[in-house]
Amino acid sequence: MTDKTPALRLENIVKTFPGVRALDGVSFEVLPGEVHALMGENGAGKSTLMKVLGGIHQPNEGRILVGEEPVVMANPLDAKAKGIVFIHQELSLAEELTVAENIYLGELPRKSFGRVDWKTLHARTDEILAQLKVGFDARTVVGTLSIANQQMVEIARALTVDAKAVIFDEPTASLTDAEKVVLFEVIEDLKRQGVGIIYISHRMEEIFRITDRISVLRDGQYRGTLVTAETDEDEVTQLMIGRSLDLSRNESHAELGDVAVEVRGLSCGDLYRDVSFEIRRGEVVGFYGLVGAGRTEIAETLFGLREPSFGQILLDGEEVRLHSPADAIARGISLVPEDRKGQGLVLGMNCRDNMTLPQVDDLKAGPFVAEGAEVAIFDQYRDRLDIRTPGWRQLVGNLSGGNQQKIVIGKWLSMHPTLLIVDEPTRGIDVGSKSEIHKLVRDLAAQGYAVMVISSEMPEVLHVSDRIVAMYHGELIRSFTSDEVTEDNLIQAISGIRPDEKAA
Amino acid sequence: MAPGQLSTFLKRGAIWGFIVLELIFFSIAGEFMSLSEKAFMNWDNMLLLLKQSAPLGIIAMGMTLIMVNGNIDLSVGATFALAAIVLLDSMTWPFMAAMGDWAIPFAWMFALLTGVALGAINGFIVWKTGVDAFIVTLGAMLGFRGLVFMYNGEQPTSHLNWTLVDFAEAQFLGLHTATWFLLLVTAAMWWLMNRTVHGRNAYAIGDNREAAVNAGIRVGPHIMINFMIIGFLAALSAVVFYSESGSVNPNDGTLYELWVITAVVLGGTKLTGGSGSIISTFGGVLAIQILRKGLGHIGADTETVNLVIGLILIAVLFLDRQLNVRGKEALRV
Amino acid sequence: MSEAMQSRPAARTGGLTGAKVGTFLARQGILIAFVLFMVGFTVANERFLEPDNILGVIRSSAILGVMALGVTFVVISGNLDLSVGSLMSFSTIVVLDLHDKLGPALAIPAMFAMTLAIGAVIGFLVGYLRLNSLIVTLGMLSAIHGLTLTYSGGQNMDIADKEGTWFSVFGQGEALGIPVPILIFAALAALLGIVLAKTPFGRKVYAVGGNGTAATFSGIRRARVVFSCYLVSAFCVATAGLIQASRSMGSQNTVGQGMELEVLAAVILGGASLMGGSGTIFKTVIGVLILGFIQNGLLLIGLEFYVQYVVTWIIIILAVWLDVAAKRGRLLSPIA
Repeated sequence: MTDKTPALRLENIVKTFPGVRALDGVSFEVLPGEVHALMGENGAGKSTLMKVLGGIHQPNEGRILVGEEPVVMANPLDAKAKGIVFIHQELSLAEELTVAENIYLGELPRKSFGRVDWKTLHARTDEILAQLKVGFDARTVVGTLSIANQQMVEIARALTVDAKAVIFDEPTASLTDAEKVVLFEVIEDLKRQGVGIIYISHRMEEIFRITDRISVLRDGQYRGTLVTAETDEDEVTQLMIGRSLDLSRNESHAELGDVAVEVRGLSCGDLYRDVSFEIRRGEVVGFYGLVGAGRTEIAETLFGLREPSFGQILLDGEEVRLHSPADAIARGISLVPEDRKGQGLVLGMNCRDNMTLPQVDDLKAGPFVAEGAEVAIFDQYRDRLDIRTPGWRQLVGNLSGGNQQKIVIGKWLSMHPTLLIVDEPTRGIDVGSKSEIHKLVRDLAAQGYAVMVISSEMPEVLHVSDRIVAMYHGELIRSFTSDEVTEDNLIQAISGIRPDEKAA
Repeated sequence: MAPGQLSTFLKRGAIWGFIVLELIFFSIAGEFMSLSEKAFMNWDNMLLLLKQSAPLGIIAMGMTLIMVNGNIDLSVGATFALAAIVLLDSMTWPFMAAMGDWAIPFAWMFALLTGVALGAINGFIVWKTGVDAFIVTLGAMLGFRGLVFMYNGEQPTSHLNWTLVDFAEAQFLGLHTATWFLLLVTAAMWWLMNRTVHGRNAYAIGDNREAAVNAGIRVGPHIMINFMIIGFLAALSAVVFYSESGSVNPNDGTLYELWVITAVVLGGTKLTGGSGSIISTFGGVLAIQILRKGLGHIGADTETVNLVIGLILIAVLFLDRQLNVRGKEALRV
Repeated sequence: MSEAMQSRPAARTGGLTGAKVGTFLARQGILIAFVLFMVGFTVANERFLEPDNILGVIRSSAILGVMALGVTFVVISGNLDLSVGSLMSFSTIVVLDLHDKLGPALAIPAMFAMTLAIGAVIGFLVGYLRLNSLIVTLGMLSAIHGLTLTYSGGQNMDIADKEGTWFSVFGQGEALGIPVPILIFAALAALLGIVLAKTPFGRKVYAVGGNGTAATFSGIRRARVVFSCYLVSAFCVATAGLIQASRSMGSQNTVGQGMELEVLAAVILGGASLMGGSGTIFKTVIGVLILGFIQNGLLLIGLEFYVQYVVTWIIIILAVWLDVAAKRGRLLSPIA
């Protein structure tokens, strides 16, 4: 392999933003016909690196070579012209247009008077689609395709240029298993054609299945490259987080109180079916599963955001009907949502106002908001949660992810809920804040809160949970105590394998 | 049928169904309530209806392009008035007057150039400042109207050229000149939006602007061209209308933008951009005109037209939402 | 989502002095422009700053201003209201008509009730049914205009006995040497300013406009808040209609036509974002006064009223441009 000229090489790339050294001398190469994984935790610098590669950011130092030739990527279009193609995690398609129009977006073949040359367009598109062996044609309107097929359209786009390197950014995030197989075949094909592939993913099993080498970034620095066949998950993880993966289980058990919430046979359309569980005061229950397993939807139902089709929700033994978050909050249920910026915070509002938003009706001095009481609440939870902000007047949008998350958590703690639901509490948060938040969740249990933690990260679920509930495709597969859970049986459960089936 | 196709079909066809309902209603109601002896579906009446649809219809075609593109233009009424003034006033300029009837094409050209220039101003501001088109054209609506007044104060501007009037009142193959203009503009805009790269890019930008930028479409100049097109069409509408009437008041064209937007929305164009069709807009224009004429035909006060159109606009929005309504289990936010 | 956040720290730390000055200019740009205009006009014509003139300007701005107060609530909640012009015509016509039928003491509350009922319909459509506010209020603009014409039969409305009624007090009266319209405008501005800045309702308006989803996730009943904003708007419109009717004691059906856009211009000029979540009553008042003083100043230096339109156009675009430029940190839009 090493005797080949790399399809793409980055040398000593440095990218600084005011006050931050986002990339600190990163070197990295991908050979023709190689699938090269790029790994790193959130914030390690992967996306900055990709933006440099895509011409969105210009590096302060270092150079990029395509083949033997040093290049400057002025903008995304320039990158594409030089044979660097991105398959983005968030699809960038125009849904009302046809497949062909999307594939050749910006480069529609022309005839006289600026007319579109439909014949050429459709012929070329069908040729590319044939390569991909997909079940739709050039004239299909993109909006009618499944997510997986839309991703195929993105890939087809990559094939229209003479691609030297194709970058896949978390391509399987929204694909089913069958769709993944098709995707991997396409990657194999590209590989055979001598294209260099950069594959960004968090999913170890995929990485080990399809990549040839793995490069790791941490804190904006290049940490090394491993040959996939000669390494294992442990080594990669160590490189990524600078220590070995901590799969320790939660040891501290709080005194369990009464059942705070009980769910019986709850269903909601196709989202999840016949789910039953209970959470006691002082207990942390972790909900583990893949994206789309129905965990977030259960949380949303408990928070009054979805109407269940069947089943019951009981709070302190009494059946409740929740029609809105306002209902749920009044009953002592709180939700720290997954999408912090979209659902958790009003970014243009200050810290104090965000924190007291749910109880602004109760904090009154006469007809007015009691601002003094608000500041007192803010100060209390700033100290308790160690929120780092210059003051309550700071706009929440200016805080770091970890501090934003603490504002959301503080918002609900100040309401003293019975049940606190946290959905992916540490997504997009730096390592330091992560462990603080884990500790906080345990502390809350110790104080007698019932806590429901939804997470896609196994270490997180293991760290914080007294019990772990595994979900697969909208069904609750199995519930574990922290003593009986192992890495293996947990992974089996979230793949839909029930203990009895395995025995059989 | 794939999911979504039924509702798409219903939406695309709805405007024509509505027009048929209107025609049936006014024909039947006309039998009992009409003040005139003539039937509503009378040939001459329909021809007149088409002719009267032209001024709004021509602008609505441009508005469809603008709205598909994800923008809006509130200044078309003022552009219409200013182009009309240029049209009529330019024919009185000494060198133009000296040319006799040869002044007509020049007058048309000046008027159309005025429209293009005003559109270019809007488009350029949207492009370079990044201020939302709603605000830019809201400002321009006032500003252009100010220019209208500055031209001739509060006085009407008049100039009647009989050659021009004859041309405007002519009928060719049974259709009035204005109708021909409407049909030509409709055909040309349909061609532009469905057959040309520019038109397809307009959909792409309105649908997913970021993707279009990343694909190398030069969004700024594209938007500017679209504003020039709608400026041109607003001026063309003025040319068609004022060739016949020969007199323009500085307040003419006020609220045109609202009527035009109503027609375009009735035709099913999405406010958020990316979706809409010229043919459906044509339907929307006809629907409004039939309603106006029809209500007059059955003896309803002309005032009622405003009421009915406003309510229909809201009803259409409501129906559209009901057609797209998600399941009961959907997130309630 | 998380991937996109990685490079975010950069966005946070742009602390150059030049940028700060620029931000300050952009933030306060509208006040600075206001002061410059005042100075310019004063130099050009010394009558400009005389108390009589100033009171005159504010009085003639009062109707627009009162309507702008309500629209500020709607805009901050993230919606538009294009129906205020038509609705003002409606209130004016109704109160003039009822004045002669019921007498002023009953006519005024009846008119307020009818105007609020229409506001409630709009609020229901936008708040509870979640229909697009631009189209709904555009439709209502037309529908209310039709309603007004139907109500009046297309006739102008006049109070028969213009001398023998106390009804003229709202538009023509004076108290403590200050015209009543100014007092109403000031009182309403103070009241609504406090409601918006200091009460739980005001806080919720900002939250709903800033991020409606997050507001819902915080237990705020979004529909109710939006509905209430349209009620506030309708109340302001009714008040404006009352002043208008009382000032002229007679009116055409189209008295408020086109005002919706002038009102919106004043609110935007004050710095409220059409995206929702920002703006204050104080800034709106400034926006209204700027429009009023510019109009007056231009008249005083001998220009026709319509020159004001052109100046307003330029000012609106400059004001919003500066605001947008400050937020993105560069003057020109980066789009190619």
